[in-house]
Amino acid sequence: MKIDLNTVDRLAHLARLEFDEATKGKMLDDMNRFLEFAEKLNELDIAEVEPLIYMNSDHNVLRKDEVMQVIDHEAALKNAPKRDSDFFRVPKVIDK
Amino acid sequence: MKQYTQLAEIQADLRAGSLRCEDLVRQYLAAIAARPEINAFLEVFEAEVIAQAQAQDAAIARGEWQLLTGLVLGIKDNIAYKGHVFSASSKILDGFESLFSATVVERLLAEGAMIIGRLNCDEFAMGSSNENSAFGRVLNPINTDYVPGGSSGGSAAAVAAGFCHASLGTDTGGSIRQPAAYCGLVGLKPSYGRISRHGIIAFGSSFDQVGPFAKSIEDVALLTQVMAGPDAYDTTCSTLEVGQYVPIATDKKYKFAVIKELLSGEGLDPELQAAFQQKVAQLKAAGHEIVEVSFPYLPYAIPTYYILATAEASSNLSRYSGVHYGYRSGNATDLESTYKKSRTEGFGEEVKRRIMMGTFVLSEGYYDAYYGRGQKVRRLLRDKSLEILQQTDAILTPTTTGTAFKFGEKSDDPIQMYLEDIFTVLANLTGLPAISVPFATHSNGMPLGIQLMGRPFAEAEIFALAKALQA
Repeated sequence: MKIDLNTVDRLAHLARLEFDEATKGKMLDDMNRFLEFAEKLNELDIAEVEPLIYMNSDHNVLRKDEVMQVIDHEAALKNAPKRDSDFFRVPKVIDK
Repeated sequence: MKQYTQLAEIQADLRAGSLRCEDLVRQYLAAIAARPEINAFLEVFEAEVIAQAQAQDAAIARGEWQLLTGLVLGIKDNIAYKGHVFSASSKILDGFESLFSATVVERLLAEGAMIIGRLNCDEFAMGSSNENSAFGRVLNPINTDYVPGGSSGGSAAAVAAGFCHASLGTDTGGSIRQPAAYCGLVGLKPSYGRISRHGIIAFGSSFDQVGPFAKSIEDVALLTQVMAGPDAYDTTCSTLEVGQYVPIATDKKYKFAVIKELLSGEGLDPELQAAFQQKVAQLKAAGHEIVEVSFPYLPYAIPTYYILATAEASSNLSRYSGVHYGYRSGNATDLESTYKKSRTEGFGEEVKRRIMMGTFVLSEGYYDAYYGRGQKVRRLLRDKSLEILQQTDAILTPTTTGTAFKFGEKSDDPIQMYLEDIFTVLANLTGLPAISVPFATHSNGMPLGIQLMGRPFAEAEIFALAKALQA
């Protein structure tokens, strides 16, 4: 199958990315080549095959549910691009 | 400067008093400074590693030895080290400093390793040539016209250039084994779940593993020994007991599986093909058994890998939003444009391409046809591999289809670049352990690697098999 520029726009929005006109065309070409390449899998009869989803050898390895202080408030904010006292600062979300 | 192949030689000189850790560290620092064009390190922790060396020398003077005393290590920049900048070679993590250390880093430091710096790689470990780093490409120290391989290109180049004794990389589709082959080193991708990934930046969570690079199988085995085992901070980490990896057993005869479809040599460099055949003949002559097996699913491995790994990447990389850490675009005006502009300006081209492909294969209406189908083929690939490994001890292939290639040779065509991974992706798709060992030199002067893929959690056997290859 082939996708078009509208699909690129839709996927870009889902992925929270933007492409200008120049890069959008290249992305479309690359994605179409990839899809053509991925179609190789259609040659196989897999109707009866169960999907392999988890690679873990043992399931649900759990540790004790104990309260731990891993990092403090200040450390959590240390890498914030913008902060305001005790909060992450972001542009205004709701317009009045 | 004396070149050491094995940690045991360094430790012998330290015991004899003919070497101090500080001298060793200063030699590595001088080697790094002498070849800045290699660009293997994103940052050298000069003052800190000298202090670590002085502390080690003091410990040695007190008679205190640890498993890794004298080992100077570089770490790929997608492995967390507390209090150090951490970028995954991406602009999107601009200014990020790690709040904790990866479990592997803690375990290595606890055994006396000294960490000399963080190593360049393809952005978010996506690439096969180290041409995708936001901080410039890494050159192959053997011949700087050639790529070092990727994505752990800096990890391989640093050890090959003598900038450190060993290094850590990560391997999602071949990112340790391919650069190890291109730089003439030993590199291991352990079994899925053998080594904790706590503190490793996630790319494809059902594929990613961390592993060592070194010049000898012994040191790769020793580093694996120190890092392996359960971790309360990684639920995918296996609770199976870690075997005894060192010393490596060397007296057994093995059964090696060779894939029939590869013997024709189609798509292989002719010299590599000849060297591989010669190695097979040598193994036979040494009393090992070679079993020809058919693996008709091999051509499906790369498309399956890229469908599943891009899907996982698109999900894992959704956390980079410009809100809590890293780069935030100055052009953003509201919340949505904070996400979009920060991500668009922060991620490089290859990362964006993979996020887009991953978003597609997971999107409504296409999920079953691509992602679901990929998961089914993944089971076929695993079952077939395990079936072969019931009759044999390991599957033997070349690590790559040829030597390292030259810069720019494959960078215009992403699919051509993806085909690089033909022999390596199978171990990630199946979760099996695999090692690359240097085994020949091409007439172009570049090294060639041979790969062994073994049974789940059979690392001890993998090291013994690798020794048999070098015998």
